[in-house]
Amino acid sequence: MRATIPALAAPALAAFMLAAGLAPGAARAAAKDSISIGMTLEPPILDPTAGAAAAIGEVTYQNIFQGLTQIDAAGQVVPSLATSWTISKNGKTYTFNLVHGVVFSDGEPFDCTTVKFSLNRARAKDSINPQKALFAPITNVACPNAETAVVTLKQPTASFLFGMAMPAAVMVAPDSAANNKTDPVGTGPYKLGTWVKGDHITLVRNPKYSGKAPPIATATFRFIADPAAATAAMLAGNLDAFTLFPAPESVPQLRQDKKLDVVIGNTSGKIIISLNEAKKPFDNLLVRRAMAYAIDKQAYNQSVLNGYGTPIGSHDVPGDAGYVDLANTYPYNPAMAKKLLAEAGYPHGFSMTMLLPPPPYARRGGEVIAAMLGQVGIKVKLVDVEWAQWLSQAFTHKDYEATIIAHVEPRDLYQYANPEYYWNYHNKAYDALFARYQAATDPKQQLKLWGDLQRKLAKDEPNIFLCALPKIGVWNANLRGMWKNMLITVDIVGQMSWAK
Amino acid sequence: MTRFLLRRLLGLAVMLVAASLVVFVVMNVLPGDPALLMLGTGATKSTLAALRHQMGLDLPLWQQYLRWAGGLLEGNFGISYTYQTPVAGLILSRLWVTLPLAGMSILLSVGIAIPVGVIAATRQGKAADAALMGAAQLGVAVPNFWLGLLLILVFAVRLHWLPATGFPGWSHGILPGVAALLMPAVSLALPQAAILARVTRSAVIEAAGEDYVRTARAKGLAARAAIWGHALPNALIPVVTIMGFQFSYLLAGTVVIENVFTLPGMGRLLFQAIAGRDLITVQDIVVLLTGSVIVVNTLVDLTYAAIDPRISVGGGER
Repeated sequence: MRATIPALAAPALAAFMLAAGLAPGAARAAAKDSISIGMTLEPPILDPTAGAAAAIGEVTYQNIFQGLTQIDAAGQVVPSLATSWTISKNGKTYTFNLVHGVVFSDGEPFDCTTVKFSLNRARAKDSINPQKALFAPITNVACPNAETAVVTLKQPTASFLFGMAMPAAVMVAPDSAANNKTDPVGTGPYKLGTWVKGDHITLVRNPKYSGKAPPIATATFRFIADPAAATAAMLAGNLDAFTLFPAPESVPQLRQDKKLDVVIGNTSGKIIISLNEAKKPFDNLLVRRAMAYAIDKQAYNQSVLNGYGTPIGSHDVPGDAGYVDLANTYPYNPAMAKKLLAEAGYPHGFSMTMLLPPPPYARRGGEVIAAMLGQVGIKVKLVDVEWAQWLSQAFTHKDYEATIIAHVEPRDLYQYANPEYYWNYHNKAYDALFARYQAATDPKQQLKLWGDLQRKLAKDEPNIFLCALPKIGVWNANLRGMWKNMLITVDIVGQMSWAK
Repeated sequence: MTRFLLRRLLGLAVMLVAASLVVFVVMNVLPGDPALLMLGTGATKSTLAALRHQMGLDLPLWQQYLRWAGGLLEGNFGISYTYQTPVAGLILSRLWVTLPLAGMSILLSVGIAIPVGVIAATRQGKAADAALMGAAQLGVAVPNFWLGLLLILVFAVRLHWLPATGFPGWSHGILPGVAALLMPAVSLALPQAAILARVTRSAVIEAAGEDYVRTARAKGLAARAAIWGHALPNALIPVVTIMGFQFSYLLAGTVVIENVFTLPGMGRLLFQAIAGRDLITVQDIVVLLTGSVIVVNTLVDLTYAAIDPRISVGGGER
């Protein structure tokens, strides 16, 4: 097509494109210390202690803000602003040894008073922390000296250190906390450069960072919601990486591009059919099991997730350290489903309504699930809802029968012991088991009980567990330091670098 | 004339109040709670109550409306629920994308449609006319978002001439900004140009049959000069009318196209604000858009008078 440009126009056009920095390859010529990363959603604010959007953590976690602990690429809890810690025999007192000489990007020092402020702020009465439950066990935070923080809990809480690694538990400074939403001030290797709302956020190196300066000097996060546009941006080289790539159907095309790496891993997202146990017939275990038998998880995976997901049988994902594979608890068996339905008193099936929020796993998935349930006589009426409507109708008012949803919070088995949660799952045996898990102080014992919790849910099938939401990562083949799996949505720029 | 403008101003005020009421009611009837959207699936009763109080969502609805509308009267657009920054600043920064985009689209659309329409009219029934009007028929049928994706595929993915999506910001210079807006502007302009070209063609054909054009030809004026100098100016009234209609479509089109090209414009802000239940931002933008449509329609009426001195906008006799 280039040949069709009139002879006179071509040089003019070339000059125009050079001036505009658009010439192919021009961007790749010099040694690179910048990176541009694609995201589908823009973070509304940049304070992970004030909003639940995963995009907030993706931009800020370990880049701008750091917690006492952090979660690594293997899903393990490792030190961060706390270099080490000891737990008392009774499991109620955590003594954190803090890093020395760290200051926030505005110069305010980090020490135990910061820890005390951050934790007390998150558990205060007027707290708007999106994960306030993480801080509920805390009864007191004490500072024996500037470099030691002693946190006392109501009861032993096995999940406490993991919770302190979540984006919602990052450390914030008294002087800057109120403005973090738009002007984030943290202890991490980067600070906010520019934020062109609706288009991109640029992070630049934090000159006050106490550690070694990271190889990448500037990181630009660009917001591209449209799957086709995301594919085009990767293929055109406008982006270096897309951590959670939104277009599984484009993966074969992207794999043909030698300049790109396509890496399929797991998120902590559990795609489930949430059932409202307060509504008949979902209070009936036989009905729930019948539904589980009626659904071919592998077929769902192939047709909805392009085969990149992993079928699951309980509320946990393969990327988690304590994951137990229970995907075959109810193997696909429509005959068995019909038999159980008859036993439950529904020989001719029943009718139900299923809410579908916007993501393809629900909208596209709803059609597939409805067809499968139809095979055993369960007539499903599909109702499309917006995310805002889902949150208010299903989540808050519990006004639903069933809905397809991905729960992305990692290790959120505690919600099944939460009597107020929208599933209306009330099971004394599970609650007791969960209390035993939280009270366990030995890591081995914790791991065993974590498995037992998953087995209990698989047996009880309060929700129909479908698949782990895949993490499709696409990035420049010369980029190093990207994660295959991730339990929390992160882009840790400090770990990234360019080959050569 | 003054009476006309006064009447229009009064109409503008009434329309704005009506629009603000309608959008406020609609946004509040829509299921969804901005505070809940911020807190997500980890929300508890206590955090939700604390945040609703912080946002002022615990006030009675009529108080919320008066607070917002009263603020607007003082020029205070309020604070965005989502971004937690003043909405005025958000809209202003977005206008720097949407206004140039709309301007480029109108220029492109008119720049293509008028010559195409006139040429087709002068070659009425000939091959050139058939070809141009065939192309226009195609242009009317092609949706702008599809055209946008096609342009991205050809000029960004294949040829690497233009960036696929996004907007660098004017601080990086005029050229990169114009380059980023070029494909979106073309996507918006071509379907509109197609309609405008067809209207121009029929208007010019009609005008060309009038006595004054025949007189001009009889005085010895060349055919081309008679068409451009006499028929076209008289054909402009329907063209300007259609352009006025197209302005509202253009505003709607920017919502779609800004999403296809991920441009940080006002259309995308509106789209995201609706999904995110950023009520204040949606209300502000809808009131602004209503105002701009009314202003443009007034300008169109004023243009009639400029084009045709026989028309008086005051409502008097011809």
